[in-house]
Amino acid sequence: MAAIRQTFFQECEEQLSEMEMGLLAMDEGSTDSETVNAVFRAVHSIKGGAGAFKLTQLVQFAHTFETALDFVRSGKLNPTSEMMKIMLRAADVLADLVEASREGREINEASYETVASDIKSLTLIDGKEEVEEAIDFQPTVIDFGFSGISVEATPEEEVSSSHEYRIGFTPQPELYANANETALVLRELNRLGTMEATCDASALPDLESIDPNGAYFSWSIRLTSEHEIADVREVFEFVEGEAELSIESDGQPEVSDVDIAALLAKALGTPTASEPDAAPESATTAQEIEIAPAVAEIIPAPAVAAEAAKPDAKAAAVPTQTTIRVEFDRVDRLINLVGELVINQAMLSQRVIEANFAGSSSVIIGLEELEQLTREIQESVMAIRAQPVKPLFQRMSRIVREVADATSKEVRLKTDGEATEIDKTVVERLAEPLTHMIRNAVDHGIESPEQRLAAGKPAEGLVRLTAAHRSGRIVIEIADDGAGIDRPKVRASAIKKGLIPADAQLTDSEIDNLLFLPGFSTASTISNISGRGVGMDVVKRSIQALGGRISISSRPGLGSTFSMSLPLTLAVLDGMAVSVAGQTLVVPLTAIVETLKPKKTDIHALGAEGRVMSIRNTFVPLIDVGTQLGFRETAAQPENSVAILVETGGGARNALLVDSIQDQRQVVIKSLEANYGTVEGIAAATILGDGRVALILDVDALVTGSFEESVSGELRYGTGG
Amino acid sequence: MQTILTVDDSRTMRDMLRMALVEAGFNVVQAVDGVDGLDVLQQSTPDVIVTDINMPKMDGFGLIEAVRKDNRYRKVPILVLTTESDAAKKQRAKEAGATGWIVKPFEPTKLIAAIRRVAA
Repeated sequence: MAAIRQTFFQECEEQLSEMEMGLLAMDEGSTDSETVNAVFRAVHSIKGGAGAFKLTQLVQFAHTFETALDFVRSGKLNPTSEMMKIMLRAADVLADLVEASREGREINEASYETVASDIKSLTLIDGKEEVEEAIDFQPTVIDFGFSGISVEATPEEEVSSSHEYRIGFTPQPELYANANETALVLRELNRLGTMEATCDASALPDLESIDPNGAYFSWSIRLTSEHEIADVREVFEFVEGEAELSIESDGQPEVSDVDIAALLAKALGTPTASEPDAAPESATTAQEIEIAPAVAEIIPAPAVAAEAAKPDAKAAAVPTQTTIRVEFDRVDRLINLVGELVINQAMLSQRVIEANFAGSSSVIIGLEELEQLTREIQESVMAIRAQPVKPLFQRMSRIVREVADATSKEVRLKTDGEATEIDKTVVERLAEPLTHMIRNAVDHGIESPEQRLAAGKPAEGLVRLTAAHRSGRIVIEIADDGAGIDRPKVRASAIKKGLIPADAQLTDSEIDNLLFLPGFSTASTISNISGRGVGMDVVKRSIQALGGRISISSRPGLGSTFSMSLPLTLAVLDGMAVSVAGQTLVVPLTAIVETLKPKKTDIHALGAEGRVMSIRNTFVPLIDVGTQLGFRETAAQPENSVAILVETGGGARNALLVDSIQDQRQVVIKSLEANYGTVEGIAAATILGDGRVALILDVDALVTGSFEESVSGELRYGTGG
Repeated sequence: MQTILTVDDSRTMRDMLRMALVEAGFNVVQAVDGVDGLDVLQQSTPDVIVTDINMPKMDGFGLIEAVRKDNRYRKVPILVLTTESDAAKKQRAKEAGATGWIVKPFEPTKLIAAIRRVAA
């Protein structure tokens, strides 16, 4: 049951996403009935599942919401943009309730009372509730499962007391057409007690005039049973409306579908009582008569055919997508194995070259084909982990709504490129920074409607969220059409906080980049929306932790754009292989700004051990990777080395001193923690073509580990030049 | 062993049905909507069909009508299992050819009893 519960909540996620997508389409003006249906079905499904788990709160709200959607579906309600706003809020509440139910808690009903009553008001016609709809689903039914027949026996009744029932039962042709059977009904009835059944076959015509689909028998049954009338009634539940039925209990006519007197007269008219056991037998005879014609194809059903053709046409419009569900561990194992394969293939290539097979073209061609295939397998396997950014983007529309409401702004979110796929882990870890940036865009970027109108812009602001593939990476952009970055204010704030000297000469782009400095906040009043403490520096750090880069561009009065470039996967890394003291190390390409050949005069000593390097009149700390990692005792000679200018997550620039650069390559990341242990300054490892392990540098840790004490504050942010 | 075809677009519901039915000793085949249900019927002949109403592609009404049109399945009992308890919908299902109607959330024992009641 726990597993099914898990399935239910997984499914809820999918349904919520489907619902949100549909509602947004409706909000954009879509009147497609399939869209409305999909939203209705999603809410309906959630309600159904929630009922099974007795999640009363969720069931009740889903029901209210569903009723409103049903009104839209049936055309009783034409959603205005105001109504769509209510529905979108209801969608948010539903998502909250699902979340709460998953965690096994209840939500204070007062917190969504307004939304609930707003939604309910949509289904009020002339201020009156449609009674029929309102009682459609009663949560109290939950314990019974069956509605309508869950009538409890009167408790004061003695257990042993037996009742005598007289039942008149005349099946109509529909009963047989719907695959019900008299024999089965009688069999069921026989289970309740002692039964005598009499078949009246007097209505059976001559053989040639028998309609194969007709019903010619009627039954009068005497039942002695300890069961209450409700149980007797239940036996006939499915044939209700398909047969004439009368039940008389202890001489009291309880239920009647037809004129009982007439039926009784008819039934009693032919009192050929038989043994109880004989009843099903004779019923079987009747059944056989009914079944035989069923095989002979005599049923004309043009009307049915026309009806059935409709859903078929609809089905054709929906493309079928076949999927299988695979455990995540299996995919990861596969990715790992493919990683090994890539390494193995590289090793094989190297061995072949070393063994001087290079002259043999067939070996080389075979090897190249293997390499090509390996790469394709790797890409295909990576694609399994890839997920569209759509669910992530959908969540953002809610953020926009909430922040816009809280700040009394009018904002529309426009998303593009939702089908773009990124590694699952990247999608997951992107949620937080993206949420923060979207909040910022609405809270700080977009102006109030009055300000916008005064500036000649439409009152409604626009935030665009786009994702696209660009040269092997994913670029996600958040652009608003707000006021743009207030540069004088940013500059003043940075000076006040001591982040830059008062006389610092900064370009526009440098001022914009101040936003990424730790502890920076431009909002004159600290709103509880964008919050405090979590600044853009944290956003930048999380993006960089994903191997990504973030940049900002802004035009006064026209808005700002944040652009993030992310790797497609976290399993491979673009790196620069460098040599340090005979070791091969890999520097992540994303951290590298440029590579330089230092002159002796560029290097200056700072303190006892520290050194700085002058790059175009800016000093940056110089880190000797060899000594820092303990590969050698004495510092390398700069003139015999190469300096790599790197930028850390905090925006600090440093120069890494290495012996030489080997090449730029894609490496398969192997966790060091899982295979060895944590090493300061090292992020992970990889296996090279020659079989040796190469360490991948953790630039941030290397920089902080090296210079946290010896480097002064103003050098931390190397934007001076 | 009797075979039950369950048609429901909700994975949760399919899992629950499977659990309840297998425990009661039935063989279970599943379909995710009406179209899929008709597809499954090409390969297996169930003794009873249990179907949802609100489904994408082809809803329960469509499925029932299509099944009843097929001579092989004219006599296969079809139970509707849905959250709807609306009389008009019930009537529509009956007209389409449904054998019985059960309202979700269902109690396994009641469902099994209902299946036994209509299965020959």
